[in-house]
Amino acid sequence: MSVEVKVDQNVREIVRTLVEEQGDEKAELVPILHEINTMFGYISDEAIKELSERMNIPTSHIYSVATFYRMLSTEPRGRHVIQFCESAPCHVAGGRLVWHKLTDELGLAKGETSEDDKWTLLTTSCLGICGVGPVMVIDNDIYGNVTPDQVPEILSNYE
Amino acid sequence: MKAFRSMVLVSSDPDSMERGALDVFSKLQQQIKAYDLDEEISLSMISDVSKKGRDPLVLVYPDAVIYGSVTPADVPHIVEEHLYKGQVVEEKQISPYDLSGSVAWLSARKGTLPAENRIVLKNVGLIDPEIIDEYIINEGYQALGKVLNEMTPEETISIIKDSGLRGRGGAGFPTGLKWQFVKGAKGEKKYVICNADESEPGTFKDRLVLEGDPHAIIEAMTIAAYAVGANEGYIYIRGEYGLAISRMKKAILQARDYGLLGENIFDTSFSFDLHIHAGAGAYICGEETALIESIEGNRGEPRSRPPYPTTKGLWQKPTLVNNVETLANIPAIIRNGAEWYKSIGTPSSPGTKVYTILGNVNVTGLIEVPMGITLREVISIYAKGMKDGATFKLAQTGGSSGSIIPASLQDTPMDFDSFKNAGVSLGSGALLICNEDVCVVDLAKVLLNFFRFESCGKCNPCRIGNKRAYEILSNISEGVGTLKDLDDLLMLNDQLYELSNCGLGQTACSPLHDILTHFRAEVEAHIKLKICPTDVCPMSGRWAYQIDGYRCNGVSLL
Repeated sequence: MSVEVKVDQNVREIVRTLVEEQGDEKAELVPILHEINTMFGYISDEAIKELSERMNIPTSHIYSVATFYRMLSTEPRGRHVIQFCESAPCHVAGGRLVWHKLTDELGLAKGETSEDDKWTLLTTSCLGICGVGPVMVIDNDIYGNVTPDQVPEILSNYE
Repeated sequence: MKAFRSMVLVSSDPDSMERGALDVFSKLQQQIKAYDLDEEISLSMISDVSKKGRDPLVLVYPDAVIYGSVTPADVPHIVEEHLYKGQVVEEKQISPYDLSGSVAWLSARKGTLPAENRIVLKNVGLIDPEIIDEYIINEGYQALGKVLNEMTPEETISIIKDSGLRGRGGAGFPTGLKWQFVKGAKGEKKYVICNADESEPGTFKDRLVLEGDPHAIIEAMTIAAYAVGANEGYIYIRGEYGLAISRMKKAILQARDYGLLGENIFDTSFSFDLHIHAGAGAYICGEETALIESIEGNRGEPRSRPPYPTTKGLWQKPTLVNNVETLANIPAIIRNGAEWYKSIGTPSSPGTKVYTILGNVNVTGLIEVPMGITLREVISIYAKGMKDGATFKLAQTGGSSGSIIPASLQDTPMDFDSFKNAGVSLGSGALLICNEDVCVVDLAKVLLNFFRFESCGKCNPCRIGNKRAYEILSNISEGVGTLKDLDDLLMLNDQLYELSNCGLGQTACSPLHDILTHFRAEVEAHIKLKICPTDVCPMSGRWAYQIDGYRCNGVSLL
């Protein structure tokens, strides 16, 4: 998220360094995947293959883990990732109307990435900031008490 | 509901009614009005508090004073002295300890307001969590010193057992007993895990403890490790809690520096060290066996139980898994003793409970109050009433182990056993307060959408059942539901409860059961009348258009 994709660096090289730093114990798998996801925005096939060789874990297992957790992605995402909380506390506090506005503004449905690769719109389960619901998170910025009127203004903050 | 200065409750069980509770009630009503207090004081009838021989009872909150054997003749004096002048009428007061077990030990909450009576949140917001000395000045690590220098592991476990502390993750399992199981399990190597994968919708109490008082968790885990005989521990924090993770990391480094973690803690022969494991976004990892799988580098799918983690947990070794809030109680119990802890809360659920208050109320946030306060108190006093003076409709207690609580249960003490008797559950302590604009079908849809999404997919009943329940609810919300759908939903609830592998599936459809018990008419309106009484549901399938082939002549207008 708000990722600087390090195209100039070899994915395999980075994965190798990560495994060297954190160790090749199986318990390190999720933390390492997390790290790769943060660096590249998603976990590529190449990263999975390299990880498999370094950690001696089948690619099928790594893939099954990478697709299990919500914060990990095996697909490239847009430059900015919007996570909108769809759990009950935000919904009851007015989230339903904010969601409608958000999808209208972006012209995207849940889970879609815009054609210009600017936005990826995701819904998420509770983020634990329910005191200020409805909540949405864009990249690492948290917006609370969001009203439908604020949506265009918030979106305009991002290039 | 408005915000009131205080609340007066009159018992209305059969015994109380027999002894003139109604007359007392109407006399109170009249006197409160006479003193022009009806804007400041709420008056209600409640059930299930009486002690035979002392009814009718009149309870005054937040002072937590109980008057017994009240007659209409006593009322003017009580209203004048207590409600008007603020003086307790001692000759009519009775001891809360005489009351039956289902009632809160009210004396413990005398003067309890949000900032008071804190155990779990004692230091939160009052100390700098990044400076270990601030924790130490506030009695920090005293309990650990006491345990390591003066107590045996057995003594430590027995204090926790005597205190009656029950797990705060939702299920309410006695903590001391769990410790004893792990202590008694065979094996040299044992682990202690702090479950900080707090993902129940509407719950963020653990986050505040981790962010605001991280050393309390380190101290508690070290005590637990000493008691059960473990020398390694993990704190599993959900990945979304970035600040909590960084504060906890810092706290661990500081504790190691001070010799409070690592080799030979407090210069004793006891050693214990901690790792942090960040989650990656999966609600199911709050289930303890799924959490263990996740630490081991697998998909977070719950294991079949037994064996329980207490015998075969992390890497198949005996493992103690405790929730953050549970652990945060430990140092205070060791410092002050089991008797002190039992004096707070109710006899069957001692201590305090942290609630998050959310939804259509004036004040949302976090409170720590003794176990056993009522929903009415929470809304009127702590949440300062319903927003815009709206009417309370229901509360949802959050997450998979939670329930839908209708207005009729507003005066039930919120503790594990009273709630169980009323057929509802406390859940994780989230209180989502809803007003009459909230549609129960829409709410159920949101809840089921959550479970549909968060089901790990390992067992069929949960994976398919939640999806199916969501589809049925969608149909109802679109105006194309049938009455048979309601039977199907109840059947799904039963089947998921019976057949699912873990707590998520077992309780996922329970909100549907609650809704159909308490709000069936509203759901049926969606089906029979094809209207959503609160105008929330789309009802888009309400009018189904069909082409009548007999009359239709193609394109032309006649």
